[in-house]
Amino acid sequence: MATIAELGIRYRSGEATPTGVVRAYLERIEALNPQVRAYFTVTRDTALAQAEAAEKRLKAGAPLGLLDGIPLAIKDVICTKGIRTACGSKILEPFVPPYDATVIARLGAAGAIILGKTNMDEFAMGSSTENSAFFPTRNPWDLGRVPGGSSGGSAAAVAADLALGALGSDTGGSIRQPAAFCGTVGLKPTYGRVSRYGLVAFASSLDQIGPFARDVRGAALILQAIAGHDPLDSTSTEVPVPDYTAALGRGIEGLRVGVPAEYFIEGMDPEVEAAVRAAIDVLKGLGARTEKVSLPHTDYALAAYYLIAPAEASSNLARYDGVKYGYRAAGGKDLIQMYGRTRAEGFGAEVKRRIMLGTYALSAGYYEAYYGKAQRVRTLVRRDFQQAFERVDLLVCPTAPSVAFKLGDKEDPLQMYLCDVFTIPVNLAGLPGLSLPGGFTATGLPIGLQLIGKPFDEATLLSAAYAYEQVTPWHTRAPELA
Amino acid sequence: MAEPKITLAEVEHVARLARLDLSEPEKKRMRFQLDAILTYIDKLRRLDTDDVEPTSHAIPMVNVMREDEVRPCLPTEEMLANAPEREGDFVRVPRIIEE
Amino acid sequence: MSRAADYEDVIGLEVHAQLLTRSKMFCGCPTTFGGAPNSQTCPICQGMPGVLPVINRRAVEFAMRTALALHCTINSGCRFARKHYYYPDMPKNYQISQYEEPLAVEGWLEIEVGGQVKRIGIQRVHLEEDVGKLVHEGTLETARASLVDFNRSGVPLMEIVSKPDIRSPEEAAVYFKALRAILIYLGVCDGNMEEGSLRCDTNVSIRPRGSSELGTKVEVKNLNSFKNVQQATAYEGERQRMAITSGQTIVQETRLWEADRSYTLSMRSKEYAHDYRYFPEPDLVPLKVEQRWADQLRTTLPELPVERQRRFVSQYGLPAYDADLLTQSRALADYYEAAVREYPKPKVVSNWVMSELLRELLGDDEAAISKSPIPPRNLARLLALIEDGTISGKIAKDVFEKMYRSGEDAETIVRREGLVQVADAGALGAVVGQVLASNPGAVEDWKKGKKQSLGFLVGQVMKATQGKANPALVNQLLLERLPKEP
Ligand SMILES: [Zn+2]
Repeated sequence: MATIAELGIRYRSGEATPTGVVRAYLERIEALNPQVRAYFTVTRDTALAQAEAAEKRLKAGAPLGLLDGIPLAIKDVICTKGIRTACGSKILEPFVPPYDATVIARLGAAGAIILGKTNMDEFAMGSSTENSAFFPTRNPWDLGRVPGGSSGGSAAAVAADLALGALGSDTGGSIRQPAAFCGTVGLKPTYGRVSRYGLVAFASSLDQIGPFARDVRGAALILQAIAGHDPLDSTSTEVPVPDYTAALGRGIEGLRVGVPAEYFIEGMDPEVEAAVRAAIDVLKGLGARTEKVSLPHTDYALAAYYLIAPAEASSNLARYDGVKYGYRAAGGKDLIQMYGRTRAEGFGAEVKRRIMLGTYALSAGYYEAYYGKAQRVRTLVRRDFQQAFERVDLLVCPTAPSVAFKLGDKEDPLQMYLCDVFTIPVNLAGLPGLSLPGGFTATGLPIGLQLIGKPFDEATLLSAAYAYEQVTPWHTRAPELA
Repeated sequence: MAEPKITLAEVEHVARLARLDLSEPEKKRMRFQLDAILTYIDKLRRLDTDDVEPTSHAIPMVNVMREDEVRPCLPTEEMLANAPEREGDFVRVPRIIEE
Repeated sequence: MSRAADYEDVIGLEVHAQLLTRSKMFCGCPTTFGGAPNSQTCPICQGMPGVLPVINRRAVEFAMRTALALHCTINSGCRFARKHYYYPDMPKNYQISQYEEPLAVEGWLEIEVGGQVKRIGIQRVHLEEDVGKLVHEGTLETARASLVDFNRSGVPLMEIVSKPDIRSPEEAAVYFKALRAILIYLGVCDGNMEEGSLRCDTNVSIRPRGSSELGTKVEVKNLNSFKNVQQATAYEGERQRMAITSGQTIVQETRLWEADRSYTLSMRSKEYAHDYRYFPEPDLVPLKVEQRWADQLRTTLPELPVERQRRFVSQYGLPAYDADLLTQSRALADYYEAAVREYPKPKVVSNWVMSELLRELLGDDEAAISKSPIPPRNLARLLALIEDGTISGKIAKDVFEKMYRSGEDAETIVRREGLVQVADAGALGAVVGQVLASNPGAVEDWKKGKKQSLGFLVGQVMKATQGKANPALVNQLLLERLPKEP
């Protein structure tokens, strides 16, 4: 099992070729995807064509960059021209975008190869990938458990080595939590770091695309390719993109690392807490200075999130109405019936719940009490982080309060929402967050360690994660699949 | 028992606003679940936010604009390729006035 | 019991103007009118999944220019909001508009009605996107299905909302006309009401004279001409007066003006409830208008219609009516001034522009004037030919028409067609003799004291010379030859 960087070296030395590697991956997908169910669509023909093109470039000694010929998986929430983009939803099942998301165009320009589109919770709403309208994805470490969500397909694909890296999207933890559950690296960049153009919107002020990879360097390489200003996204910033791989070797000597007291809560899995505390000691051993910090409004973040995200979602999902694209219910006698049935049949239970909640929170008479209030609390959550970052360079904490749970274990929506209690505040504040393997439970399930950085300081996150990775064995373990 | 946060009539009203046809059991379940979530969300009331400005964008930016330049359109066929029903170059929808 | 005359109209206008940008409000599709259905769209203006809007700078600047011309305060911070309702012509099922933080507020526009100058307050100016177009199979009520064309979807619109300061249907029409003239002057809207570039809704309520409270208002939609605005507003005011004086109450509602049948019709609500669920558009960032930006735009504002009209009266000595008509459009006023520079008799030029030119042109907008085959200089030359006696005024009108059809100048036509006025007494004398000889009846009449027969005889001479005779000379020659007045 190689990493992205290692494969790049083998390509250049001639030990491996993109067509050979892509064929091997397609075979492995054919063999293992029926168990893991990470992919929703496998793009065999285009992947092989892309591999041939990459091979020519490499042979000519003119590769497009470090991602040239690297096979990746794409969460099915990201639009791919000519390739069905269903977003885990029946309502978008027939949809074939006539355009590429900006990140897809950038990966293409970097020579990356797309193996397929990965399964996900419908419209990225969920924390287990069980909300996919099509089928649940399994955790490669234990097929009876969930991979996390909503980018569960991407995380599982990388963990099971069905792709070398992947793209996911993170609105409240949808990259980091599945990365933690599947034992991969997952990075949610600063809001505005990566273009959202072509990312099917869930909650526009929170959504951000980011990479999965088996190691930190891989995540840095993918981020490098997709980051940067995009004139098609008004919320993408012009802040310059640094050289992320160059930053990896910086070390963490003298780095001030904050440990937020509110992220070690009653009821969290003791094995998770122990692993994170041990990881903090490792960071100290590497020369970091740790100190306790407080983020006092953490307890309110989840509640604020469950107003803001559904409100924006109820608006973003209004366009799925059976008129222009996607599913249309049969038999509607008039427009009102067609709308109501299409949306009733096209959306799953969780999506309907959030549309209802969001519509309610924005409706006349409730706006100030709910949406307005949540936006003010969002300011308080942001201030907490701003104050903490006056004293420290980054924060370290668990990614999730538990490890991967069994399929069907969390029937109650609210219990499912609580999976994201440590990741949601980061989205509300627009900060970068990274999850990396921080240990395993006694039964062999991965534990995620979360690092949270200052706005646009992904470089520090990556360098700290890299330093930790260099002295720990977790990323070298792989699930046994046959 | 505490007063429910949301009545069945409100569930029905919101479902109409959101153009979601819910079955009777769905409505009841929805009310129960929304009630639980809204009860949880009620904790926000404990915070005094009178002097706090709302955040709509976590990363503050202003004046992002494009120049007034014409770009190529999507060919009509490509646009209509995704339409559930078309007539000529139009998208077709059922009658607008209710039966 | 109250009487209808005890109530006064309280009227406010909401005007939607399509901005003259090249591309749409939030995407690069063209805004041109009349393309084949769904030929001017892209994933953004079709509201496809994952696409994002980006604000058109020119649209913002056009709205700012308008706001400045209307003496508004431009808000230092403004933002876009989403307005939600389901309708198949609106691809996202929300419209990007402005709500709590519009671009500009609190301005005014001066109108003149019955010799009185009056200020109508402007409540707000904001930007939004247009929706697509629905074609019904038959009428909306009977159609089995409807067809959607998204070409207009995303076209930039500016909404200008007046305060309820308008007190009569006539004032409403004058206000709309004055506003249209300003928009055309500013070059921000072509003012074409037939193509829907300019649309108007009116809010009408009535209240007892002297009261300062506002009554229940009714919104009347679908007004696309000055006449419609005036008639619909008048109709609605009367309808409300009749309702109130007969003891009914006014229901707050939206009504549709049926121009063909001249009445307003209550619209069946297309929405279960009007709950637009506005919230700040998260895909766009706020606009911050620095003073410098506004100042810079202010320096580019042209002379506006009211100022120009006053100057036309004072500088050219034109009657107010002429000045008003000539300044309705900037292009027409520019045309007039260019012609006057070449032929400095302002009233003569005004007469020709108002009667001859405007009869030929299909409109008075920028495009129509620029397409005029008679440039101002050629009109001036034509008028000079009349003045120096080369052609008669009557011939000049024919020459004008020929100039309009062919685009040639006056001299070319006059020379080629031999239209030079005959002012030679010898040559004309012969024609006069023939006419007198062949019309003995008219001569008899003259002798009997019928003065009109002189006119008839002049006409005959003109006819015989194909209009080329100098009428004054013909008159003189006839009088010389006819018996002295009886
Ligand atoms: Zn467009």
